[in-house]
Amino acid sequence: MRNICFFFQIHLPFRLKRYRFFEIGQDHYYYDDFQTEDRVRNVVEQSYLTANRTIADMIKSSNGKFRCSFSISGVALEQLEQYAPEVIDSFKELAKTGSVEFMTEPYAHSLSSIFDHNEFEKQLKLHSNKIEELFGKRPTTVFNSEMIYSDEIGEIVSKMGYKAMLVDEAKYIMGWKSPNYLYSHSYLSKLKLLIRNHKLSDDIAFRFSDHSWNDFPLTAEKFIGWISSLPEDEKLINLGMGYEILGIKQHAGTGIFDFLKALPYHAMEQQINFILPSEANKKLDPASNLSVPYPISWVGNDKDLTPWTGNDLQQEALNKLYAVGERVRLCQDKALQRDWLILQSSDHFRYMSHKDAYNTNYDSPYEAFINYMNVLADFLERVDAQYPTTIENEELNELLKTINNQEKEIEELENEIKKLKTRKAKKTE
Amino acid sequence: MFGWEFPPHILGGLGTASYGLTKGMSQQQDMEISFVIPKPHGDEDQSFLKIIGACNVPVVWKENNWDYVNQRIGWIMHPDEYFWLRNGIKYDFTRIGTNDLGCIDFSGRYPENLIEEISNYEAVASVLAHQMNFDIIHSHDWLTYPAGVFAKQISGKPLVVHVHATDFDRSRGQVNPTVYSIEKRGMDSADHIITVSELTRRTVIEKYYQDPQKVTTVHNAVEPLPNADSFTKTPRQDKVVTFLGRITMQKGPEYFVEAAHRVLQKTKDVRFVMAGSGDMMNAMIDLVAKRGMADRFHFTGFLKGRQVHEMLAESDVYIMPSVSEPFGISPLEAMQVGTPTIISKQSGCAEILSNTIKTDYWDIDAMADAIYSIVKNPAMYKSLRELGREEVNNIKWYDAGLKVRAIYNDVLSHYNK
Repeated sequence: MRNICFFFQIHLPFRLKRYRFFEIGQDHYYYDDFQTEDRVRNVVEQSYLTANRTIADMIKSSNGKFRCSFSISGVALEQLEQYAPEVIDSFKELAKTGSVEFMTEPYAHSLSSIFDHNEFEKQLKLHSNKIEELFGKRPTTVFNSEMIYSDEIGEIVSKMGYKAMLVDEAKYIMGWKSPNYLYSHSYLSKLKLLIRNHKLSDDIAFRFSDHSWNDFPLTAEKFIGWISSLPEDEKLINLGMGYEILGIKQHAGTGIFDFLKALPYHAMEQQINFILPSEANKKLDPASNLSVPYPISWVGNDKDLTPWTGNDLQQEALNKLYAVGERVRLCQDKALQRDWLILQSSDHFRYMSHKDAYNTNYDSPYEAFINYMNVLADFLERVDAQYPTTIENEELNELLKTINNQEKEIEELENEIKKLKTRKAKKTE
Repeated sequence: MFGWEFPPHILGGLGTASYGLTKGMSQQQDMEISFVIPKPHGDEDQSFLKIIGACNVPVVWKENNWDYVNQRIGWIMHPDEYFWLRNGIKYDFTRIGTNDLGCIDFSGRYPENLIEEISNYEAVASVLAHQMNFDIIHSHDWLTYPAGVFAKQISGKPLVVHVHATDFDRSRGQVNPTVYSIEKRGMDSADHIITVSELTRRTVIEKYYQDPQKVTTVHNAVEPLPNADSFTKTPRQDKVVTFLGRITMQKGPEYFVEAAHRVLQKTKDVRFVMAGSGDMMNAMIDLVAKRGMADRFHFTGFLKGRQVHEMLAESDVYIMPSVSEPFGISPLEAMQVGTPTIISKQSGCAEILSNTIKTDYWDIDAMADAIYSIVKNPAMYKSLRELGREEVNNIKWYDAGLKVRAIYNDVLSHYNK
């Protein structure tokens, strides 16, 4: 039996406010709450609520046969909790049906998997905790920010105990291989890889309402027909996209929601199942292993990291930011920790791209850079105020250990004094 | 074509643009250009077009022998041409003061009696229109519109006017009625209007009430700088931020001073240079003194020729906060020598440049922020320097010339039908 594995991604960055250089050292609040809220409400009303309702209907009318999974970044969850709690509730409802799985990703939708592995692990844990707390189940599948994957990243994820990871279909990685099988990590066979079917996913995400497309209009029947006409042994079709595609890129008027609703019926008619990532990796056997020596992402045709790291501005910003990673993790300051997370969202770097500044709120990459660097300068000053850069990391570590162990040591010494006192008392008796 | 300036003797951007455009157009094999200017100096580059000096065109019939004419103007115009043009005198212009050759003495600058010089230019145009053979008349800027209009009336050939600036740009809205009426009449009579930016195009449509169909934007380009690598940057401790241009209301010098003040409050190792001269220079010196930053703020006076590029190349940032700039060629020149630029959104060149920082001219905070970022972040400097240079080297006059040609073809195909 053939299986469709649907997954959706949600991420919303905290937008930075216009932060001028003369505010460095004066103002430590970096966010444009109005813009952030406006964006959240907009996407919630146009997309998430309707889409959630549609999916709930689909699950109900198919008796739980329709299944799909989500990856919602930690910062997006925070924004939803604050500005649109009804969406969180509706996700909780979906979680209760048992037909929906929540995956994990770096909490801040960060590029930490490339620049700071300790941070990457920390954010995965943080996010898994958050998902467990909200939806009651600890994720086992990783959907890295922007689907970034390489053998190295797979290794970290596998060692942390996660079972599966989602990877995009990059032609130069797959070669002649079909995405419609389960694969495994290049040398750690425990970690399974689900490959997003690039063509079929984009048929829905980008071409659905394109009148100049040969296959317009796309109906559920036609779409399922394509899947069922694939070679017999291709068992797993992974379809993934940004959740806001439903309702924004493909707005309600295009009929996208009706298209979705019709999918389960036609799929069942063709003996096609819906499956969750965690089920896929249990039910199916990997066809082979897959080697990805260099990191790939799910953006553009090149599927590389250049939208975030491609130019000098981005490199500079990322290097400056991640240079203090270790230090920030040593800090206890809650506000600093939180800013650290939010400043890592990949979006800030994407806005600095000359070729692909998707969803930017700046007039040019240069403006994005100026603003971000001003904020970062203030942030770095705060980090420096906690732990001056003149002290080496290792030295700092030692000092911190001494400080943190102080109490223990005092306690031990006190105990010793007590013992000695009692001994002395006994002697005098 | 009627122009007012032609390199190497230029007073503003008009001459540079005229040169670049005609040179770009001359690369089209079937294009022959005669360029009329009031007073040539004889050292103009005539390899790709023919320069006609209005001061050597007779407008009043005077009997002179060949040798005398040769002795008088032979160094710049062939006497046979003089006699041939003399046959084009059809009207009586004796009321205009002429010299012994029947020619008018033009200053070729922007003198007090500019309006008189403009109408004298018209007289020259009538002679040329009667005598010469051409397909189209192209007038550069308002000074030459009357000449173009007159030539059109006489020859019946179509007229294209090229708006390099309008009086609204020069005066921040306080237009001179005489200038406006000359501009308006020129545009009304034109068969097509070329503007140097969308910004100017909108002004032409909204303030001069022109039919949008008849107005097309052809952005300026920049001549490649053959010796770009010969301009080097001396390593120095302080960063240099430069304003270069006429120090007049139109160029927004006071915003530069205020932005400098903001930057200096935060950091000390930056110097500011205001190069050029103009009627607001003394006011700016006062303002700098009042802000207490005269030790960090320098005035160079008027720069020309190679000095301009040297100054640009020595700078870490070039800034053009113009309140209204129809096009603005100097940011492109700065980019050619690899200097990062900050320009106002109210400049025409902002429409075609992407590797520059654009701010509103009044947004001192944004300007200061951009300056600070470029001088403090090597990555920013490097990006703007390298990508900017690459970008500007791809803006070619040849392409602008093709657009003008397309307009000519269009005008000619509709004319006389």
